[in-house]
Amino acid sequence: MIQVENLTKYYSDLCAVAQINMEIQKGEILGLLGPNGAGKTTTLRMLTGFLRPSSGSVNILNQNIEEHPLEIKKILGYLPESAPLYHDMLVYDYLNYVADIRGIEKGRKLDRIRQLADLCGINEVMHQPINELSKGYKQRVGLAHAMMNDPEILVLDEPTSGLDPNQIVEIRQIIKQIGKEKTIILSTHILSEAEATCDRVVIINRGKIVADGSTDSLKEMAGDKKFIHLTLLNADFKSVDTKLSNIEGITGVRRIAETDTQLDVCVDCRSSFDLRAAIYQEIKPTDWVVLDFHQKTQTLETIFRELTMESA
Amino acid sequence: MRQAVHIFKKEFKSYFVSPIAYIVIAIFLLVTGWFFFATFFLVGQANLRNFFSMLPVIFSFVIPAITMRLVSEELNIGSYEILLTMPVTVTDVVVGKFLAALAFVVALLIPTFAYPVTVAALGQLDWGPVVGGYTGAVLLGAAFTAVGLFASALTRNQIIAFIVAMAVCFILTLIDKMLFFLPRSLLGILTYLGADFHFQNISKGIIDSRDIVYFLSVCFLGLYAAYLALRAKY
Repeated sequence: MIQVENLTKYYSDLCAVAQINMEIQKGEILGLLGPNGAGKTTTLRMLTGFLRPSSGSVNILNQNIEEHPLEIKKILGYLPESAPLYHDMLVYDYLNYVADIRGIEKGRKLDRIRQLADLCGINEVMHQPINELSKGYKQRVGLAHAMMNDPEILVLDEPTSGLDPNQIVEIRQIIKQIGKEKTIILSTHILSEAEATCDRVVIINRGKIVADGSTDSLKEMAGDKKFIHLTLLNADFKSVDTKLSNIEGITGVRRIAETDTQLDVCVDCRSSFDLRAAIYQEIKPTDWVVLDFHQKTQTLETIFRELTMESA
Repeated sequence: MRQAVHIFKKEFKSYFVSPIAYIVIAIFLLVTGWFFFATFFLVGQANLRNFFSMLPVIFSFVIPAITMRLVSEELNIGSYEILLTMPVTVTDVVVGKFLAALAFVVALLIPTFAYPVTVAALGQLDWGPVVGGYTGAVLLGAAFTAVGLFASALTRNQIIAFIVAMAVCFILTLIDKMLFFLPRSLLGILTYLGADFHFQNISKGIIDSRDIVYFLSVCFLGLYAAYLALRAKY
């Protein structure tokens, strides 16, 4: 549905986005992840036709965005970061104006606005000026604006930033609900959000794609790693290290924290082994007291850190 | 062009939502009313020459106040991004906003119809120059509005937009009076560039194509410059 080829953007000498290639299928919810300043917003702005790429191309439904901007804008809904809406307009007037620009017929206009108000939960603020709304409501009005013409493609730039936890859950539900039939591209730097809402995740760093795939495949790709976290009483790091390093499958023991009595260690293991039993057997004869003992697999967080810290 | 109509409606309405519109109208009427009637009874002539002769100077600071927010505000709060990712072209934006501001200038002039009506009640008023004067005022307003729109498209700061537009309008108004020390031949060209010179021609009741062409050219140049300024941001 969307083909992005060698997309590059320079701001004078600064390269914000470098040679991005990706293809987005119909019905996909794609999460664009990356640290601050990675080029997420710039990429989205080029996808929506707001910014002209320095080189490369964006094709949507086989139409080049620079050659057919109006056709593409008609099937695209966009919510920029922090929903910059007209301050002095009432919510209803604003949505009415958007409906006019989007070419919704007079007869259907009111119905459509009501539908969106229900979907986004903004019925109670319809007659308030936009600058008096809280951030969460503003974001919802922005979402209603983006969905006005029932777009095929919805582009959302950090749709949940600045919302409270309840609102985040609600917005995610809305996104999931529309994502069933629409293509959605959203950017975020909250990893759990990408994990919860997206079918596919693209991680970019310094303008380049460093990972692309479903969250599960990313975890697999990141390799053969598992961690066992241990908190012990009456143990010293040296003896723990020597004892555990003998076990086959353990690649390293790291000290996390140590006080006079208590020791936190993280044991790196290969993921093909389950070493919990072996570790327990090693600890049993000693007089160490186990306070905490749990196993973690590689999380998206650690993958993200690895991918985006390397080049820094 | 349907989109330009929607933008026009929204912009025109938003003038009257904020208090700025009413403040500008009140100040405009107060200033013109005072300067016109302060000397009207001393001169003792039933015409509006005095009113029209000071209009270019008053417009030079009233119109920039009307146009300063047109684009600057959008650039500042970021709604410009939303506007341009809807199915509109830059031309729609420029035309819609220009027409909205021009309509507001016309709305500003409507209450001043009270002046010719009052004068006509007091003496024999020649309506020719009045009609010419109002035609000229709309043309002048259009030219200054285009300049103001351009200034507003340059910056996200409304105050800078106001000052730039005011400076350009002032120079256009007073260019022939400021440069009296230049050689005569050069002065002729500069006079031709002055808005005041053309406006005073029309307000005498002589509608000359040269004056109309002048105002339309300034208007077109301003709008085209605004178009280019907005294109460059994309």
